[in-house]
Amino acid sequence: MSRNTRLLLSMLAIFALLLAACGDDDDDTETGTDTTEEESTDTTEEESTDTTEEDSTDTTEGDAAPVGGTLTVGTKYDQPLFGVNTPDGVVGFDAEIARYIGEQLGAEIEFQEAVSANREPFLQNGTVDMVVATYTINDERDEIVDFAGPYYVAGQDIMVVAGNPKGITGIEDLDSGDIATCTVEGSTSLDNLNELAPNANVTTFDAYSKCADAMGQGRVDAVTTDNVILLGLADESEGAYELVENPFTEEPYGIGVPEGSELRCQINEILQAMYDDGTWAQIYQDTVGAVATQVPDPPALNNEGC
Amino acid sequence: MSWSEFLDKYQGPLIDAAWTTLRLAFVSFGIALVVGIIVVSFRVSPIPPLVRVATWFVAFFRNTPLLVVFFLALFGLGDLGLVYDFFPTAAVALGLYTGAYMAEVLRSGINAVPQGQAEAGRSIGLGFIQLMRLIVIPQAVRTVIGPIGNLFVANFKNTAVASTISVLELTGQSQRMFNDAAAGVWRVLIVITAIYLLFLFPAGYVFRWLDARFSIKR
Repeated sequence: MSRNTRLLLSMLAIFALLLAACGDDDDDTETGTDTTEEESTDTTEEESTDTTEEDSTDTTEGDAAPVGGTLTVGTKYDQPLFGVNTPDGVVGFDAEIARYIGEQLGAEIEFQEAVSANREPFLQNGTVDMVVATYTINDERDEIVDFAGPYYVAGQDIMVVAGNPKGITGIEDLDSGDIATCTVEGSTSLDNLNELAPNANVTTFDAYSKCADAMGQGRVDAVTTDNVILLGLADESEGAYELVENPFTEEPYGIGVPEGSELRCQINEILQAMYDDGTWAQIYQDTVGAVATQVPDPPALNNEGC
Repeated sequence: MSWSEFLDKYQGPLIDAAWTTLRLAFVSFGIALVVGIIVVSFRVSPIPPLVRVATWFVAFFRNTPLLVVFFLALFGLGDLGLVYDFFPTAAVALGLYTGAYMAEVLRSGINAVPQGQAEAGRSIGLGFIQLMRLIVIPQAVRTVIGPIGNLFVANFKNTAVASTISVLELTGQSQRMFNDAAAGVWRVLIVITAIYLLFLFPAGYVFRWLDARFSIKR
């Protein structure tokens, strides 16, 4: 009996520790953020620190570009080809775009991991000065932050086995019903597929990696979802899969800045210059080009209000 | 969306899904019965290697989560080049999983037959097979009807896990219907639950009737 009681107590203790550990994680993130801010304060001149603070406190007046200062950039650390944290720093399309913008603004870039859920809060509370993190522009977000760009248009695409043995060229081919198509249950990608190719022969799993695995085993002929996810899977497959590169939806990616920030128009000017002198295409080629074969045309910027 | 609109739109898919669930439940339970009988006969046999095989079989399938069994059957075997369709994979995986439990249920039934019965059988010169067939199994059957009924219901509900390997049975169909915001998650859940109950209530009656038929009349 006493042994059982002890067992029960120790199990409860383990459970409590686990809970505490989870709680600590949240704290860590916040502490980490604080540290980053402190560090940037340490290394930054007085004026630019003030500017950064203005971002969070009084955004209506706008702010000057922190010339010679530090620009904190929120980016994804786990998005293959777009933003990946490696021992040599953050690499990928988003990271390179941010670096180039920083260079043009005369500011030093400091990266801060941003996940989808904390991009708006980070901009609102001044944790970051801008967000370059596969950040889709939509009305809901546009109300609380501002978007420079768009600097890239993602969209739902189709991934096939290398060499495209079934000769799939686009969404029309999936509608024939002869192509076993895989996507994730409950996803927007499935909704789009049902809408645009109602006769498709659909297989569903709970993760895109399982779809990719199923395609590797010959169970399905195609995997469909956002091309950014597919590019990542194709990258990881080391040449086993490729994209059809014919997206059938449009998701413009923007660079998020705090509401009312002057940075928005400055970034747009830099982006336009990148488009014109080929820097944008070069960055795309060097990062996403590892998997994608065609360099798309850069999207038209939204310069409204500049 | 009203109920009639809901039924108009989803009647077909729901009937298909219910039929898939029913087929999967019966095919896998049939496999489980066969597997259970084979495994338990190994387990109670006097041949040590067979006993060991049966023990390991039960240990593996009873201690592995069903979801993992499904993924192993689909992706694990698939990577070895053994690619089968989703439905047969699900039916066999579920059948083997339930079969391990079935073997244990049958073994408990055999163990419930008093030892004196087997001794008496041996004393009149019966071999192992005859002993099982004529003395032990007829007496074991009545103690296992109840537990087998339990297993049938558990196996029926476990078919839901097949939705994770792209078998569009009732639970998979319900997940797909969640995508349709107009259908309403609560409505989908009520309908799916009702269909499971519709199948399993009668199953309960059947097993209670069987139990009564085979029990010792007191």
